[in-house]
Amino acid sequence: TFPTHPIPLVLSSDTGKVMVKFGASGNVKPGHSVTAVNKQPVSGLYTANDKPILDVINDPASYPLTITFGRTKASANEKLMLASIFHSLFAIAAQISPVEQSSGIKELHTEKFTLRCFQTITGVKFFVIVDQKQTGCEHLLRRIYELYTDYVLKNPFYPIDMPIRCELFDQNLRKVIEQVERTTVYNSATLA
Amino acid sequence: TQSSGSSGINAEYGEEVNKQLETMGYNIGVRLIDDFLAHSPSVTRCSTLEEVAEVLCKQGFKMFLGIVPEVRNWSSAKDEFSLVITENPLAEYVELPPHCQDCLWYSNIICGVIRGALEMVQMDVKCSFVGDTLRGNDSTEIRIKFVKILEDSLPAGED
Repeated sequence: TFPTHPIPLVLSSDTGKVMVKFGASGNVKPGHSVTAVNKQPVSGLYTANDKPILDVINDPASYPLTITFGRTKASANEKLMLASIFHSLFAIAAQISPVEQSSGIKELHTEKFTLRCFQTITGVKFFVIVDQKQTGCEHLLRRIYELYTDYVLKNPFYPIDMPIRCELFDQNLRKVIEQVERTTVYNSATLA
Repeated sequence: TQSSGSSGINAEYGEEVNKQLETMGYNIGVRLIDDFLAHSPSVTRCSTLEEVAEVLCKQGFKMFLGIVPEVRNWSSAKDEFSLVITENPLAEYVELPPHCQDCLWYSNIICGVIRGALEMVQMDVKCSFVGDTLRGNDSTEIRIKFVKILEDSLPAGED
């Protein structure tokens, strides 16, 4: 909660969300975005009362003001876009191979995470973003393929190639992921 | 004239139904292939039609219909073969009425499934019945002909 204007954060709205560009306050850091104003959830660049968030924040009369920040999560569209870029990268990886018959991207390592990908014979790609130390991803990806064929493809109301909105798929996916997390904790505990 | 008139209508009817069955089968096939592959992790991409025939009969048909058809009558160019089914579970309790005897391929849905499934692994095939014991033929036989590999849809890394 900020008692007065101005606040020690530099905000911008160019991504369609109000995001912290610079500055810090408490746990709030650059990269976080506004999720609620005065405890009311926001919608895009507008507050629950349809006022532009930045206007409210820049108006000294709004204060004291409670702003809730959260880690910026990708919207469904952003995820689609990122996935389609990954699809192209996967193909490029196979093509630039100096040796013939190369697969596409199987693993992608960064400082903070690892991405593991599995492509089926039909060309469907499944990828997971996990901790670098995570094991058992091959098995996990194949389990997810099974869930996809059982709860998505066998759902007659699911149109092929559309974003998946199948409750049973989500439920069972969550169960499988929880299972992996439980066994992973067990493994690292025994290693310690 | 009466009988030839009605067989004219029947032939059309038969053709329509056969086509519908094939289409229904195709829609099933395009989804069924992933079900098959996900539950058969040992299956890899087939590089010859003989491999396709083998996997199709010994694993595909086995998984979904519980039967293993026989592969026969290879063409000399090895681009065509027949599947002979001895016990068709779809037709187990079926008797075709007289007006369907000459025009209906009762299990034509199977042909659509095969075509749809193979299309999703980038193989274009023609698939049709050449005989059905339901129609009084000697055997229930499906003829499968390889047309081409669908190059554009090959997943990356598989050329």
